[in-house]
Order: sequence, then structure tokens, then C-alpha cells
Amino acid sequence: MSALVQGSAAPPLVNASRFRAAHEAEWDRLDQLVTRMEKRSVRVLSEDDILALPLLYRSALSSLSVARETSLDRALTTYLEQLCTRAYFQLYGVPDTAMRQLGRFFRTDWPLAVQGLWRETLVSFVLTLTGVIAGWWLVATDASWYYSIIPDAMASGRDPAASVETLRATIYGPQEGGGLATFAAYLFTHNSQVAIFAFALGFAFTVPTVLLLLYNGLTLGAMLCLFASKGLGLNFLGWLTIHGSTEMFAIILAGAAGMRIGTAVAFPGRHERTEAAVIAGRSAAIAMAGVVLMLLVAGLLEGIGRQTIQQDAMRYGIGLAALAGWLAYYYLPRRQEAPDALAA
Amino acid sequence: MRWRRKRERKAPASLRRSFVTPEGVDLRLELASAGTRASAFLLDILILFISLILTTVAIGLLGIAKARAEIFMILWLIGAFMLRNGWFILFEMGGRGATPGKRLLGLRVVARDGGRLTGGAVIARNALREIEIFLPLSFLGMQAADGAADGFLTLFALCWTGIFLFFPLFNRDRLRVGDLLAGTWVVNTVRAKLGDDLVATRAQQPRRIFTDAALDLYGIYELQTLENVLRNGQDDAIVTVAATIRRKAGLPDDGDDYAFLSDYYAALCARLERGMLVGRRREDKHASVARR
Repeated sequence: MSALVQGSAAPPLVNASRFRAAHEAEWDRLDQLVTRMEKRSVRVLSEDDILALPLLYRSALSSLSVARETSLDRALTTYLEQLCTRAYFQLYGVPDTAMRQLGRFFRTDWPLAVQGLWRETLVSFVLTLTGVIAGWWLVATDASWYYSIIPDAMASGRDPAASVETLRATIYGPQEGGGLATFAAYLFTHNSQVAIFAFALGFAFTVPTVLLLLYNGLTLGAMLCLFASKGLGLNFLGWLTIHGSTEMFAIILAGAAGMRIGTAVAFPGRHERTEAAVIAGRSAAIAMAGVVLMLLVAGLLEGIGRQTIQQDAMRYGIGLAALAGWLAYYYLPRRQEAPDALAA
Repeated sequence: MRWRRKRERKAPASLRRSFVTPEGVDLRLELASAGTRASAFLLDILILFISLILTTVAIGLLGIAKARAEIFMILWLIGAFMLRNGWFILFEMGGRGATPGKRLLGLRVVARDGGRLTGGAVIARNALREIEIFLPLSFLGMQAADGAADGFLTLFALCWTGIFLFFPLFNRDRLRVGDLLAGTWVVNTVRAKLGDDLVATRAQQPRRIFTDAALDLYGIYELQTLENVLRNGQDDAIVTVAATIRRKAGLPDDGDDYAFLSDYYAALCARLERGMLVGRRREDKHASVARR
């Protein structure tokens, strides 16, 4: 029963040794190629390497299958697993180049994502409108409502107690506190952050998003009522329209994107719940990237355009032109790309 | 106690997930643990903060030197916005699918369905960070600012935001809310070297011969544990394992533990592999030995 030390070597050659001897060179080459791709990009590979890559990848995959079934060398299977995983992601998981992604975003992805949200967009438009009407009506019936709707910081002197001249000055006067460009940058970053926030909140079954939209409408309605009561309604609307058409549209879209997510989670329809959330989340996120760009435009219009352009007609003109531009970009029928046409 | 009996022994929760490539091979991806992901996030935040502070200081110095404070102010505002929102999105949209923090810890963001990671998915998973991290933080900040303004409300808010913050701990796949919505998950991608062939390295030396009874002691699980012991090469582990095997098999001590274990490993491996070829896979020592 004792272990004998034999003189002549009769090695019990295990499968792993044979297997390694036969394929190790291929694995090494694949490993080197993948490492180079991970460090830089596909472009560092020569033509020969690129031609060899899929073959090497498939042979490594088949090595992995064989190793799992016939070999008990765990180091070998773990090595092949990580090698195949890394190669898989380099071959299948890498996104397009940045330029092509950007091109597709502006050409189709962005407008189509917004178009897909049309139902939610209508709902959030109606919600905002409801807020405006409610705000107007509340302040019209009792001016003290104004103070509870609009926080002091935001009002900054624009309240029912202010004289017509003070109010007029806020519309046509110079911006207090610093340069126009800084103001534009501040507005853009602040509004975008709020829009992203509204979008993310949609996940909680849209309730917070709906509240945000209603409140946004309320403040607008209250302000409108205040300025209208002093005979400055149209002037205020002009002051607002130049950037507001873009900004309000963006906020409505952000709300719509949030709503899409919330409703997809709550009412998944024919899909599995997580699946529905993923479909809604990805398209709504593209719309959100567009919303941030819209807010950038709105920030520029608000920070620079509004203060330099003082005529009401020009303000209305620019604001309405911007609105028409957005509407045309989003909703004008466009040629569908081939796969979409097939799907439809 | 009836309820206790009902609880069955579950298999230990594993982070391995089946992931079949178009070629039909299961890659068995390993998901990143919640701890690793939290550390990666903290690393990213740390880098973000340091770069933000450095640029702020730099802009402050430049702004004082020249009177063009306004341009720097704009740059700062846009830069801070881009850092907060763009850092994660731009890095994850790149070829590596990982922020610097994730790269350092060997993580990668991957689409759950195995497709390529689209821009929409990356934006969705990072926009949701707003309610996962920044919402709880801002509530905490609010409470710190107001003192005990409305304790009950803050408590409620903290609980509500806590749901999102600790969401990854409540599901098997360690998904954030953002991952759930974007259809992504985070996997470990560690680069590994191929270890030496334990059998081939000693092919030239004479080998010990073991009886069937000695080789029937163990199964695949024990074989791979032995492989780990040999690869780690810790002396006390080798001595203990060699002594145990000798005692069980009733073999005398010949003084060379490492060589003994290597030979035993090779013999056991060859025997188990022969069994596998004819369809007998012995998972561990408790599985019965198949007799002819």
C-alpha cells in the first residue's frame, strides 16, 4: 500500500497538458491582441491581426468549452473564461465611434425619441397649462396667494405690492448682478440639473414629476396674473417668450420623459416589467440629452438675447421662431431608416 | 417551531451569471459586489472633487491676476456641470465601458442582453444617480442647514431616499435603480495570467504510484482545492494537506511533501479525467465511487 517511487518516467499526462501544448500559442496571441485593443483601440491592430481576431476568438471559445468538459485544471478554465470574456466585449460590446454616435443622435435618435414621447408630452403640457390657469385664478381671486406660490428669493421684488415702474424695470431694465454670459451659463447649468432631476424622479411612479410640472405652471400663472393686473401682461409674455418657448418646451419634455419611465414601471403592458423599464429608460434618456441641449439654447437666449433685445415684437418673433423650429425638428415626418420601416 | 422547518438550505448566493454568447458558449460572468462598486464610486468622486478644487484654485489665481473673472466664472460653471454629469457618461460611453474608478478596480459596465452599450443606456443609468446619491445628500444637507426644522419630514425623506441608495443590496444582481432602467449591469473583468501546468513541470521526474483505494478518496472539489494549495505554495498548508492525505490513504511519510502532493495531484487528476471521459463525474468526496 505504500507509494512507490518508480525509476522510469511513465507520466500520467492529463488532458490539460496536452491541451495547453496544442493551443497555448493561439491563446497568447489573442491575449496580446485584446490587451492592445483594451489599452488603445481597434485601430492599433494591423490588417493581419484584425483578420485573425475572430478566428482566434472562436478557437478560444471552443477551447473553453472543451476545457470545461474534459479538463480539471481550474487555472486553465479560469484563464480561458476571462480571456473569452474580454475578447467578447472587445468584439461585440464596443460602441460606435463618437462622431458616428453624434451624427445618429442628431439625425434620428433625438427627434425620434421625442416623437415617441408625444402622448406624455401632451399630458405634461396639459398639466403645465392646468398649473398656469390655477395660478392665475388663485392670484386673481386673492393676491395673498402670490406670496405662498412664489418664494421670496425668486420674486425678488416682483410682488403685488410693487409699483408698475418697478415691474416694468424688471422686464426692460438691465440685469442686476454681473455679466450676461455668466448669467446664461448659470441658468443653463441650473435648469439642466433641475430637468435631469425631474426626469430621474419619474422613476417613483411619476408622482414627483407631475407635482414639479404643476408647480412650474403655478408660478408661471401667478406671475402672469400679477403683471397682467398692472397692465404689463403682454410685455411680460414677450420677456418670457424669447427664451421661455424653448425652456418651457424643454421642461415639458423632461417631465414627459420622467412620466414615460414611471408609467412603464407601473404599467408594463405586454412586456416584462424590467424589460418595459429598460425600453422606456433608454429612449427617454436620449430625449433627456436633447432636453439638456435645448436648455443650453434657452440659457443663451435668456442670458444674452433677452437683455440686449428690448422690442416686444423682436422678442415674440425670436421666441415663436424657436418654438416653430423645435416643433418642425421633432414632429415633421421624416424618412424612416430601413430597420425601423421593417419593424413598422 | 414549524416555520423553522420550512426553511430549506439554499445554495449560497453566487454572483456568477450565465451569459451565452452568439456562438453558444456560456461565459459565466461574475458580477461586481456591492462593496467594490461603492469603492469605485468613491474613487471617482474623490478624483472629481480633487480636480474641481484644483481648477477652482487655478481659476481663482488667474481671475485675480487678470481682470477677466467673467470668462473663468463661465468656464467654472460649465466645467462643474460637465464634471458632475459628463464624467460618468463620457467615460462609460468610451470603449472601456468604465470610469477611472471602475477601471482601477477591474469593473466594466455591460448591457444585460449582451448587446453593445448604447449612449441611451449610459445616460439613463447615470441620470438616475440624481435620485440615488444627490437627493439623499441634499436632504442631509438641508437637515444640517435647518437644524431640527422638521424632524419627522426629514426622517421620512431619508427613508425614502434610502430605498434608492441601498437598492443594490436588495436584489440578486446588485442592480442600481439606474442599472435597472438602463438594462445594464457591472461585471468584473480581471486580467489573469495562465498559471503553470502543475503536471507537466514535473514530467521528467520519476513519479510515485498510488493504489486505486488511495485515489478513490477524493473528488473534483478536493482536487481543485489541492490545485490551489499547490499554486499558492504556502509551506504550512502543504505540510497539513500532505499529512492528511497520507493518514487517510495509509501511506508512509517520505519527507518530500511538495513532490508527494504534486504526484498525488497528477494521479488523481488523470484518474478523474478518465472517469469523465466515460461519463462519470465525481463532484466531491461524498459522491459514490463508480465501480465497473
